[in-house]
Order: sequence, then structure tokens, then C-alpha cells
Amino acid sequence: MVAISTGRMVRIEGDRSARARGLAVLLVGLLIAVSLASLGWGATDTSLSGVLRDLLSGRPISQQDSIVMLQIRLPRLVTGILVGAALAMSGAIMQGLFRNPLADPGLVGVSAGASLGAVAAIVLGGALPASMAAVFGWYLTPVAAFVGSWLCTILLYRIATRRGRTSVATMLLAGIALAAMIGAVTGIIIYKANDAQLRDLTFWGLGSLGGASWPKVTAAAPVILLALLAGPWLARGLNGLALGEAAAAHVGIRVQRVKNAAILTVAGAVGASVAISGGIGFVGIVVPHLLRLVSGPDHRWLLVNSGLLGASLLLLADMISRSVVAPAELPIGIITAVIGGPFFMWVLLRNRGVLDL
Amino acid sequence: MSVIAEDIRISLSGKEILHGVDFSAVAGELTAIVGPNGSGKTTLLRALTADIGYRGRIRLNGVDIARADIAALARMRAVLPQASSLSFPFTVAEIVRIGLEAQGQRDDNLIRQALQLVDLPGFSGRLYQELSGGEQQRVQLARVLCQVWQPVGPDGPRWLFLDEPVSSLDIGHQLTIMRLARDYARRGGGVIAVMHDLNLTAMFADRLCMMKQGAILAEGRPQTVLTDETLTAAYGCALRVNVVPQAGPWLLPQGAGA
Repeated sequence: MVAISTGRMVRIEGDRSARARGLAVLLVGLLIAVSLASLGWGATDTSLSGVLRDLLSGRPISQQDSIVMLQIRLPRLVTGILVGAALAMSGAIMQGLFRNPLADPGLVGVSAGASLGAVAAIVLGGALPASMAAVFGWYLTPVAAFVGSWLCTILLYRIATRRGRTSVATMLLAGIALAAMIGAVTGIIIYKANDAQLRDLTFWGLGSLGGASWPKVTAAAPVILLALLAGPWLARGLNGLALGEAAAAHVGIRVQRVKNAAILTVAGAVGASVAISGGIGFVGIVVPHLLRLVSGPDHRWLLVNSGLLGASLLLLADMISRSVVAPAELPIGIITAVIGGPFFMWVLLRNRGVLDL
Repeated sequence: MSVIAEDIRISLSGKEILHGVDFSAVAGELTAIVGPNGSGKTTLLRALTADIGYRGRIRLNGVDIARADIAALARMRAVLPQASSLSFPFTVAEIVRIGLEAQGQRDDNLIRQALQLVDLPGFSGRLYQELSGGEQQRVQLARVLCQVWQPVGPDGPRWLFLDEPVSSLDIGHQLTIMRLARDYARRGGGVIAVMHDLNLTAMFADRLCMMKQGAILAEGRPQTVLTDETLTAAYGCALRVNVVPQAGPWLLPQGAGA
């Protein structure tokens, strides 16, 4: 690397912030391109250019086109962006919090906690008194998923961290144990479900953007947006935490506050995402890892760029899921697992020596 | 301005390991904490930097550190840890900048100057994880220096707390780092260092605090603390202190063999 002159001052070698900034611009471009492609992609012959042409020439848009665009593809696009960004950024935050590149909400049971909350809400929600159901409405599932993932993250952190040090092995193993226990409870609830609920649950469990609708988007969007906005605010704290908890406090970081905020943010983002799209794995581990290779682990850019790349990748995966068995569609969780599984294996093998597993 | 610790008691897992230690250090001096393994040196330092809970009172420049704002403390003092490993591939420049930002500074030139001071010029683009232990220790020192770059700030002297700053360094770099610490004190800052090497300590420390079994055994100027009696009592083996003659050549008889 050569020192780059920016005119005002000479950048020091090893400062990758200019590169990360450039990457952010590229990723915004990518997200716009993928979003447009996603809007024009689907089982019907409704095309984006056709709809735009109609709009520009003042021709009335056919009812079918209008429904496909506004009621099917647009909410699906928004859901994909929100969920992809939320999962990738949560992955990056969790890795920063645990000081470990292998931490991922899907791997260590946080998503399982969210699932339990969501499943409980779907199956048992009907048993709530009508007044309570009316208050929560569409929010019941996201809120329940949030509570589930929040409790899980706190529990996991408590178990895996002793005297300010987080053990990788304990974290992964505790995650497995936690996921198994939660899975059992979820299983019992599913056992109680009726046939209609069962079908919903099965498809939802594999992860899909297929059920996207405006009511669901409006229910989950506030939580996810709040988490996405909170993320970058955590960046300096997470950078400090990379030095260890004591050293972070020495450079003036309120460690406990950062940890609490990080856990809340991850729980909110993962909970709401799982509630509307089911279990979509590996986005949180693949995206931050790729970005660290390109522009380094500085969380100020890592979190933002993770959100951008995560959104684009999930939209791409969604397009694949809609086309491989068209006109039917594959659950998107299968696509991300097919890509993410081998990737995770590669990261593991590459870091075998470093991570002291 | 000074660091004053009064009646510090610390218990770990129900066992008291510091028994009412009184400690003080003044700005403008390099104060070394020495003593055998397990004597409580590092524990005392961790209390002084508010890393662990303690009974007693510690004031830094007159401020009770238990009640102080953590960001305000970070502008007043920096702490060099014993060893630090990182899980993410930060570059040297990115690590040193964390210290700079704790002071609210943005001047990248300080990063270059600090790396020069710890004898790592041209290392800013290297990955921290790929450096040797001694190089990593010096990168951390550069980070710490950036955090309290000016030995005296607008509201009093600044402090360096160093936990075995030369433990993994070769003799040349040991001297470089000790000179750097002494120079920081000469320019008005305060330096408190946990040390193992008694010869280096004798060369560079202005004041010495000798610990044994969780209490202070002796305290004062190096020549008053580093005596045959104190050292023998502290380390439990017969140690002899000698002084190089002020003038003229001198010989070490051991050089001739037995």
C-alpha cells in the first residue's frame, strides 16, 4: 500500500478508511442495481420497464401490474433489504461483542430464541384475550421474537464470558446446548399447532421472503430501522472492545453500556427479522468476513457496509430462490445455507490456528 | 499533582491479597513497583487503573477514580497492558489511532511520531496479528502514548501506567522504552511502572515501591530501597548490591573465570 495524498493531509499507511468509504459508495450502487433487478423479476410477465413506460406516458397501469408491483414485489423488496441488512449488521456487532469472527446469531442460538418467541406467538397468540391481541396486533410476533432473542443473547454472553474474557469454545458449545433446549420447547408448541398453523410454521422455519406483506413490513420495520441506526453508534465502542474489556475502559469506553446496547441491538434486529422471514442463516457470518478482508475490521465502516452488502446479497439469494424451481419457489434459507455452509467451513479451516479452538 | 492510594484492600475469591496498601506517586517522576511473583504488584496497578474493585480510596490528580467519569479518566491517564491479542486483522495504524481518539485528537502525524518513538517507523501498514510479541508490545505503547501525548494537559499532569513495559523486549529496546518513559516524566508527566528487571529499575526509576505478600516492604529512592537487606528479605535469597565507581575504569572479576 502506498500513502495516498488527499490534498489536505497525507494519509498514513495502514489507514483503510478511504478504501472503506469508496467501498460504501460501490455497495450503495450495487444495492440500487439489485433492487431494480429484483422489482423486475418474477413469475408473472410484469416488467419494471413496462410499468415505468406506462407511468411516464400517462397510460393507466393494468390492475395486474399494479397488484404485482405494489402488493407483492415492493413489500418483498423492502423486507429483503431490511432483513438482509439486519442480519449482516447483527452478525458484525455480535462478532465485535464476542471478539470473535465466528459469532453469528444463527449459529449460537439467538435465532433459535427468536424462533421460539415467534412460534409461541403464532400458535398461542390466538389464545390471548381479545383486548390484548388487539393492542399487539401485527406486532405480537416481532415483539415475542425480540424477547426470545434478547433473553438468548444475554444468557449466552453470561455463560461464555468469565472475568471479561469470552471463550470461543464455550460460546459455540453453549450455543448448541441453548439451541437444542429451545428447539425442544419450540417442538412442543408446534406439536400443539393445528394443520393450518403447521404448514405456515414449516415454510416459515426454512426462511422465506415469500410471505412479505405491508402489515408485516410495518410491524417489523420500526424495530429493524432502530437497530440499523443504533449500529454505527456502537462502532467506537466495538473498536475499543477489540483490545479487551479492560483496555476499552482505559480508552474511555463505557464497556457495560456498549455491551448492553449491542445485545439489545442484535436482539431487536434478529428478532424482528426472524419474525417476518423465518430462519435465514449465514448472512451474518459471510458478509462481515468478506468486508474485513477488503477494508479491515474498523467497525465504523464495517457495520454500515455490512448492512449494505447484506441487503444486496439477500435480494440476490431471493432472486435465485424464485427462479430455480419457477413458478414455485425455494425457501431462501436453503439458498443461504448452500452458499454459507461451505463458506463458514472455509473460514474455520483458515483460522484454525489463530482462534485457539 | 499526584496519585495517592490510601488503605487499599483487595480480596479475590474470598482471600485478601492486598492488605491495606498506602501508595503514592508524584508527577515528574518515574515510580516503579517491584517485588517477587505474587507480591501484588499487578493487582495494585489494576486497582490504580480502576480495573478491579477495592476498598480504600484512590485519587488521581485529586479526583476520586471510583467516582470519576471514565472518559475524563481516559484523557488524564493511559494504561499499557501486559499482553494483548486481537481477534480481528487491524493494522498498526488502526490500533494506534484508538489511543488518539480517546484524547479526541485526529492528527495522524502523531501516529507516525509515536511509532518513531517506539522504534517502529514504517510499521503503520503492517497487520498487528502478524507482528512478534515485542513489536506488538511496542505498538500498544505507541497507542498509549498517543492517548496522553502531552505530558501536561490543561488540567494538570497526565499519567502513564505501564504493566511490565519491557517484559518481551530485547535489551536495546528495553533501554529505548525506559528512556522514553523517563523522558515523559522529565517533561512533567507521571509514570508508574510495574517492573521485574531490578537493574533497569535502578537505572531509570526516581522512586521505588517494593512489595511483598500483598504489602509494601520498602519505599523511597532506589539507593535507599535497593539494599542487601531489603532485597534479601523481599526475594528470599541472598542478594548483593554493588555500585559502579564514579570515575576510572573498572573490572568485573567474574570475567576471569573461577
